[in-house]
Amino acid sequence: MTLLTTVFAAVICTVIWYKGAPKSEMKVGVLCWMYWGASLMWLVDGIFEYAELHAEYFTPAPTDMLNDFYLGLSVVALGLVIWLIILLVKDPKGVIKAALFRKKN
Amino acid sequence: MACFLIPAAEAVITTIVTKVMRSKEANPETVKVQLDGEEPVEAEKIPFSRKLGWLNKLLWGGSALLAFEHVWHGEVVPWFPFLTAVSDPAEAAEMLNEMATAGVAMAVLVTAVWAGMLVVSSVIEKRAKKALPAES
Repeated sequence: MTLLTTVFAAVICTVIWYKGAPKSEMKVGVLCWMYWGASLMWLVDGIFEYAELHAEYFTPAPTDMLNDFYLGLSVVALGLVIWLIILLVKDPKGVIKAALFRKKN
Repeated sequence: MACFLIPAAEAVITTIVTKVMRSKEANPETVKVQLDGEEPVEAEKIPFSRKLGWLNKLLWGGSALLAFEHVWHGEVVPWFPFLTAVSDPAEAAEMLNEMATAGVAMAVLVTAVWAGMLVVSSVIEKRAKKALPAES
């Protein structure tokens, strides 16, 4: 469920990035890399788990599934927070700078 | 248990390599390509260090989110020795085994995907050059 949640986040971010490309004013690319990196790593985790549990891997207990989904959402939220910090620090649109400095007449 | 440490270690190495390459890279190669399907324009080919940056981002991003998962499961704690498995020899052996199997597999898969991206980008670059109309 964590893998699935991250893959969906990665796909959505990639579509948003592609729509805005080649301009990257919102730095959505950062989110794409982060979510795809995590998705690949969780895919490996999933393969190892499948090798251990076989078909049982696809029929998790509802509580496990809910907990994994909760974890997936938390991971997506953490990714968004990291992206927001990078966006505000890099400030590609100069919004923060404009808020801090006022032009002299 | 601590499988994310292997891709994170790779990320440290590739980040250092990227920084070194970036400082040594000469002016980027300029080529003529049709970017929007209209008039051919002069464009700079992106340097290899930038492509290596893709791998850095995949590795750092993935490791950071996986580290959070380990915190969630109580396998990583904010106090020494940071990894709960270290305190028990049996668990430590299991952790090392997981790092050697799942951790290495993660690093290999991410690197393989990146290598695939390099191949695809190289094909796209070659096609863009070929698509140019013959200069009169």
